[in-house]
Amino acid sequence: MEKEKFLQGNEAFAEGALYAGCNFFAGYPISPSSEIAEYMAYELPRRKGVFIEMEDEIASMGAVIGASLAGAKAMTATSGPGFSLKQEHIGFACITEVPCVIVDVMRGGPSTGTPTGPAQGDVMQARWGTHGDHPAVAIAPSTVEECFYEAVRAFNISEKYRNPVILLIDEVVGHMREKIRIPKPGEIEIINRRRPNEAYDDYLPYKPDLGGVPNIANFGTGYRFHITGLSHDWSGFPTNDPKRIGELIQRLTKKVEKGEDEILRWEEFMLEDAETAVVAYGSVARSAKFAVKCARNAGKKVGLLKLITIWPFPVKPLKRLAEHARKVIIPEMNLGQIVLEVERVIGGKADVIPINRVDTELISPDEILVKL
Amino acid sequence: MERYEVKLSGSGGQGLILAGMILAEAAALYDGKNAVQTQSYGPESRGGSSSSIVIISNQDIDYPKATKVDVLLALTQESVNKYAGDIKDGGILIVDEETVKDIPAGKYKIYKLPVIATARTQVGKVIVANIVALGLIAGLIELVSIDAIKKALFTRIPKGTEELNFRALEAGINLAKEAHLTVDPNLECISY
Amino acid sequence: MAFDYSKYLRNDKMPHIWCPGCGNGIAMKSLIRAIDALGYKKEETVIISGIGCSGRISGYLDFNTLHTTHGRPLTFATGIKLANPKLNVIVVSGDGDCAAIGGNHFIHACRRNIDITLIIFNNYIYGMTGGQHSPTTPSGSYSTTTPHRNIDPQFDLSKLAIGAGATFVARETTYNIFALDKVVIEAFKHKGFSVVEVMVGCPIYYGRKNGFKSAFSLLDWQRKNAIRMERAQSMKPEELEGKFTTGILHRREVPEYTQLYYTLTESFEKSVDKVSMERE
Repeated sequence: MEKEKFLQGNEAFAEGALYAGCNFFAGYPISPSSEIAEYMAYELPRRKGVFIEMEDEIASMGAVIGASLAGAKAMTATSGPGFSLKQEHIGFACITEVPCVIVDVMRGGPSTGTPTGPAQGDVMQARWGTHGDHPAVAIAPSTVEECFYEAVRAFNISEKYRNPVILLIDEVVGHMREKIRIPKPGEIEIINRRRPNEAYDDYLPYKPDLGGVPNIANFGTGYRFHITGLSHDWSGFPTNDPKRIGELIQRLTKKVEKGEDEILRWEEFMLEDAETAVVAYGSVARSAKFAVKCARNAGKKVGLLKLITIWPFPVKPLKRLAEHARKVIIPEMNLGQIVLEVERVIGGKADVIPINRVDTELISPDEILVKL
Repeated sequence: MERYEVKLSGSGGQGLILAGMILAEAAALYDGKNAVQTQSYGPESRGGSSSSIVIISNQDIDYPKATKVDVLLALTQESVNKYAGDIKDGGILIVDEETVKDIPAGKYKIYKLPVIATARTQVGKVIVANIVALGLIAGLIELVSIDAIKKALFTRIPKGTEELNFRALEAGINLAKEAHLTVDPNLECISY
Repeated sequence: MAFDYSKYLRNDKMPHIWCPGCGNGIAMKSLIRAIDALGYKKEETVIISGIGCSGRISGYLDFNTLHTTHGRPLTFATGIKLANPKLNVIVVSGDGDCAAIGGNHFIHACRRNIDITLIIFNNYIYGMTGGQHSPTTPSGSYSTTTPHRNIDPQFDLSKLAIGAGATFVARETTYNIFALDKVVIEAFKHKGFSVVEVMVGCPIYYGRKNGFKSAFSLLDWQRKNAIRMERAQSMKPEELEGKFTTGILHRREVPEYTQLYYTLTESFEKSVDKVSMERE
């Protein structure tokens, strides 16, 4: 049934997760993400799904991985301090290749910081928060509607590539209310993890299949195997063989790289002839669009590259705009995180100008406009 | 219609985020406009400062926060001090006459009205001051239809409180009808 | 006829890494005999462990096995059991894993009462990292991080489990394997969260530093200091000083969590959407 709703970003994400088939949520209360847990606590039991409030953030992430191994489509939601705590198990999900979705509604940090104020300070933590080399997929919606659609996409990516997907929703977007249209069932494709079809006895749970992704069975489906956070070979058992260890870690990163065409999403606005380009994500992209429209009205050749996927970093559109833009402006609610990637990709071909704000106020269009 | 900005401010627990939500939902779902509502609040669920911003437009709304507000409602002295400077020239400032004693100078129309007192005495429950304020704003700005506000209000309030809330809304609308400017709007600068 | 352990072991993973005289192997065999006695199907049984010497058990047992992070196997087990209550879920955890880094998960698992069996291998020491003191190391003992003698008070894990609300708590030793087999079977049969604290000796890292000349002397210590619960009830507190009680220490029948949960979900007449658990 198609319907229009007036929802918060957090609520829209929960709706999107349910649309994608999410049937397990484990979480721990934390501002400003609690609305997601509350929405799921109401909806999941009514849909024969499982909601559980765990004893802490680490436990929530453990339960999510356990449920996913037993076949559920599982997620959790948190904010900065909780995101820090979850990193241990995010790493576990990466190396064991367990699909799961983690929402981090970004607030001011470090530490307890400003629990109700927006920030974009967790961008690098989403990339490198857990130790060791690992692939990262992170998405930063900037509208309530995107919260819904990106929730569906997050589950799809996570199921297909068997990797955790992180949603970086900033507090402005998480708590902002807008009208959205909830699509009919079937309108958006839902992807579920592939199942093995080998005989039980020959089964190698970590043997790479399509795109380098293994078809790990769900527990309780007739297969019998071992899963460990230790470096392992195709059999799933620990190995100390440098060749096997190297192959595993390379494959983890490569399987996500191979999927970039599907994983990466961005929007280009008035970039064709832009001499000055703004690169922004999350709520700041809204300020940037406002500023770009004002500057265009004043006759300036400016445009916006709005990043929706931020990890892996979308290199292609940035390289394209660097062909004609002389100036690239990066407004972020942090002291300069994505700007490092932008500088790397631009490679000195244009002036890169950061605009930074860490006082938990959204960057205003005026602050961007003066640089255009 | 381009951006029209309404800010409802006061302290946590006064229900102003809910009032803003209803105003925005009415405009977006039942009046065919675009609307975005955001909020700013402290970590406490009671006390502390709290504000709800509603942007209404016929066009896409990019920036979701206030630029220059058309209407500011302030139910505490702290909030009027904090936000009065955001009001655009010729905009509207509505303050509660009980809680706000000093009104900062500015080029805006001022309505000093018994919002909280109306809720307490006329409607009978001080907790519906937010809905009185909602009716008052709706009556003053005439941008969102009362019909739409009623529909949105109905879906957002607990069952069994409909009668109370609708009375509060009517009381707010009546307050708007009888309201007169506290100070001549033609004055360039008003100081007390 | 001798019991054939090989059909429950991943024989290609042998020999195990446990030291000669370690009690973990004795406890693992008891676990196998209990599973055999109850006829659990390998494919429907998940064994989850954490990090440390006890954590290695998941690699040796031929079931669905999950070797998790340090102290947190119970959190994974919670997700697995809730998502698929038909699975038999068994967690093996050490004293450091369960009572130090995983202490919070332990008490909340006890409180929640999900049908999971937790077997704690309590050897009084962090063995895998070379013999540091753990929350169960007795006061006055020596370890690599208490070289001048341990002044920390000792955790009584069974009492902790009872206090936290576990509905089945038993303690046994690797000395008395017949009693151990019995309580493990009872724990598996119990509908709710069950805890079995198994006293296992660590002759290398605990024993050597504390005057136990051999693995046998540790077993002998267990024999002398284990007091059956029934007997302990008639003993004076001063007589029980330095000893520990064994047997089924606590048992009560309380509705199990996943049953309560699914009763709740079934109370909603129709499923709102097409969302349903993938159970195959």
